[in-house]
Amino acid sequence: MIKLHKWLAGTASAMLLMGGIASAEDLTIGLSSEPSAIDPHYHNLGPNNMIAYHMFDRLIHQNEKQQLQPGLATSWKPINATTWELKLREGVVFHDGNPFNADDVVFSFERAPNVPNSPSSFATYTKGKTVKKIDDYTVHITTEKPYPLVPNDISTVSIISVEAGTDATTEMYNSGKATVGSGPYKYAEYVPGDRIVLEANPDYWGVKPKWDKVTFKPIKSGPSRVAALLAGDVDLINGVPTTDIEVLSSNDKVSLWQGPSNRVIYLHLDHDRDDSPFVKAMGGGAIKNPLKDQRVREAISKAISRDLIVERVMEGVAVKAGQLLPDGFFGVSENLKPVEYDAKGAKELLAAAGVGDGFELRIHGPNDRYINDAKIVEAIAQMLNRVGIKTDVETMPRSVYFKRASRGGPNNTPEFSMVLVGWGAGSGEASSPLRSLIHTYDKSQGFGSSNRGRYSNAEVDAMIEEALATVDDEKRQDLLAKATEIAINDQAIIPLHYQVNTWATRKGLEYLPRTDEYTLSWGVSAE
Amino acid sequence: MQSGIVMIAMSVIVFFGVNVVGDPIDMLVAPDADQAEIERVIRDFGLDKPVWQQYTVFVSNAFKGDLGTSFIFGESALKLIVERMPATLELAFMALLMAIIIGIPLGLYAGLRPNAISSRLIMSGSILGFSLPTFWVGIMMIMLFAVMLDWVPATGRGDTISVLGMQVSFLTADGFSHIVLPALNLALLKISLVIRLTRAGVREVMHMDFIKFARAKGLSANRIVMVHLFKNIMIPVVTVLGLEFGSLIAFSVVTETIFAWPGMGKLLIDAIQQLDRPIIVAYLMIIVVLFVVINLIVDILYSILDPRVRLQDAAN
Repeated sequence: MIKLHKWLAGTASAMLLMGGIASAEDLTIGLSSEPSAIDPHYHNLGPNNMIAYHMFDRLIHQNEKQQLQPGLATSWKPINATTWELKLREGVVFHDGNPFNADDVVFSFERAPNVPNSPSSFATYTKGKTVKKIDDYTVHITTEKPYPLVPNDISTVSIISVEAGTDATTEMYNSGKATVGSGPYKYAEYVPGDRIVLEANPDYWGVKPKWDKVTFKPIKSGPSRVAALLAGDVDLINGVPTTDIEVLSSNDKVSLWQGPSNRVIYLHLDHDRDDSPFVKAMGGGAIKNPLKDQRVREAISKAISRDLIVERVMEGVAVKAGQLLPDGFFGVSENLKPVEYDAKGAKELLAAAGVGDGFELRIHGPNDRYINDAKIVEAIAQMLNRVGIKTDVETMPRSVYFKRASRGGPNNTPEFSMVLVGWGAGSGEASSPLRSLIHTYDKSQGFGSSNRGRYSNAEVDAMIEEALATVDDEKRQDLLAKATEIAINDQAIIPLHYQVNTWATRKGLEYLPRTDEYTLSWGVSAE
Repeated sequence: MQSGIVMIAMSVIVFFGVNVVGDPIDMLVAPDADQAEIERVIRDFGLDKPVWQQYTVFVSNAFKGDLGTSFIFGESALKLIVERMPATLELAFMALLMAIIIGIPLGLYAGLRPNAISSRLIMSGSILGFSLPTFWVGIMMIMLFAVMLDWVPATGRGDTISVLGMQVSFLTADGFSHIVLPALNLALLKISLVIRLTRAGVREVMHMDFIKFARAKGLSANRIVMVHLFKNIMIPVVTVLGLEFGSLIAFSVVTETIFAWPGMGKLLIDAIQQLDRPIIVAYLMIIVVLFVVINLIVDILYSILDPRVRLQDAAN
């Protein structure tokens, strides 16, 4: 055994020597989740979009706070109620040397929603928009109705080259054959499950890439990811497990970087059914759904100590939430603050609502989707028990949970009475949660698709719809904030906290946290 | 014939079993997709059809060699699994080799000197190998050898070279340093198993008449051990290792996950978490074939090791 160890040590030191030769300008990133393809239009999913962003530039960039910045489009403005004019950047070339122009934009928007076998397509963002070439460096995007979020929506779509991309399949992108973008990095190698290697594109029009070579390594297991960083295999990891944060913060070989995300963790309650399946009178008898009474919902909100959840369950790595998005995002209300813990007030409200003696309730939640999700649900159940609502908990894997929470009941209705869910605003402003979570469930218009409590308020609906047709930023901001205020004061959902994401780098590197949870190589810099 | 029935039975159990659990749609579609997009995906993946209809489609395609298309990757499930097979096979072989190289000598030693302190240490050590969870041992090994001692990398697969069309990593220095830890982690349980099997075999055979006879004949201790003893203890060891090799390949899931080893096991566990049904079904079908083949090889090895098996077959 001793011999084996010595010999291993020999191999290892040889390894170290090899490591020393490699350029210092290389960056290796350990990722908590793996993209399903290199094709930038195949799967509209965070990990995919993040990798694609390196190779494929976009018309409009989102900075680390998801504010819009010029990308391949130098300017964008509405020229009438339904038409937006985009001026394109001149002199940009793709990785294969072909120049970028309006044809590439038109082609990209044709392909993005129509990739065969796509598990989640970009139709969500391109729907209802027609892209027309005016001249080589001008395009018009027309919508059916006045629609203010055109810039936000198109900021998600990768621009591919019409020369390299005509008839290209997802497989051709994965193998690198068709992977021609104009982004700061070029495709070098893709070994599914093991690594994605990118090389700097010295001809990039914007800030020149800082790293010669960037390697992404998917390491799904949290402890292994931390170990890989400690062992020096990777320079940066995302998704640092909350349990490791304390230990790592006292380790002088690594630095931690934290920032709030656009993801709010909240409770959705059954606003719809008179006889809710998981609400019972004390002793198990039938009861008219008390969750429909605003006072009961407010009582529940007051009975929850967000301070305790943040400090104890989340170990300090979260921010108390009072609405749908953290401060600083477009469309948030200045008047909404996190609800303070008030058990006495909660009991009074319950008594006033005629359920002073309590009732029985079961909360459902996932146990592998959000940071500490199952623990949060358990903590809430205990808090509700304290004010007399006899609460128990059922958690399940997300693969089972989301179907049941969304459409597990009769006629594809939500199955549960109270659920814990999270929502990340991909567009970076408040209309995203408002239209999906708060607006009345309306299949024909695509509203309320994640309204798992079936909240319905005509006044709020009207405001959301008006906001979505108001191009004027100031007016829209007011409408979104007002709609949020009404919905939150009515406890359409009960916000709990905003997730805080944690990245860890080796000492000497810095990472600029992003609200959209992307891990981008240009966010990393030497200290 | 028998294998054919096993395959059909397995396909029914697996397919229907996988299809009653959860719903892949919510795993796939972006949360801000609207209802129309969700319905498009359901339609495109054939999930709107009843399960038995999905099954008939699966079977008719399976006969053409197509085990379905992955929901997540949009590529042939069979291709995805085969792509990752070399990594897993390599890891399993490495682990098997370690089990043999480390397990048999230690077992022999412990069997020949049952009362020595070193033998007792070996036996107690093997109990640890049995009882410590792979997950925990894996993390501890990473902490010790990769983080604290910095001898080997913590995760991933190293440089590969192509041998007979297969990408293998253990022949490169970088690749070898990557494979040692996961292979040892995977082998730990098997090493313990081999130690115990070998020791038990030695203890039993040592008291047999033919060993006493060989001794009486004046053969050297070495020859007795290496020829007479060795051949006779190998039968149970080969049987068990054969079966265990199957499970090394099929279910190295935990080790592959901890060490981020890009093999089939990692593909399977990801597929299970994301409900990528075609991959789960295709994977389990491949594993059934694998076990059938391994059993065949074990049978052949028997007849080489033990002439009695050959004679029996000849008599039949």
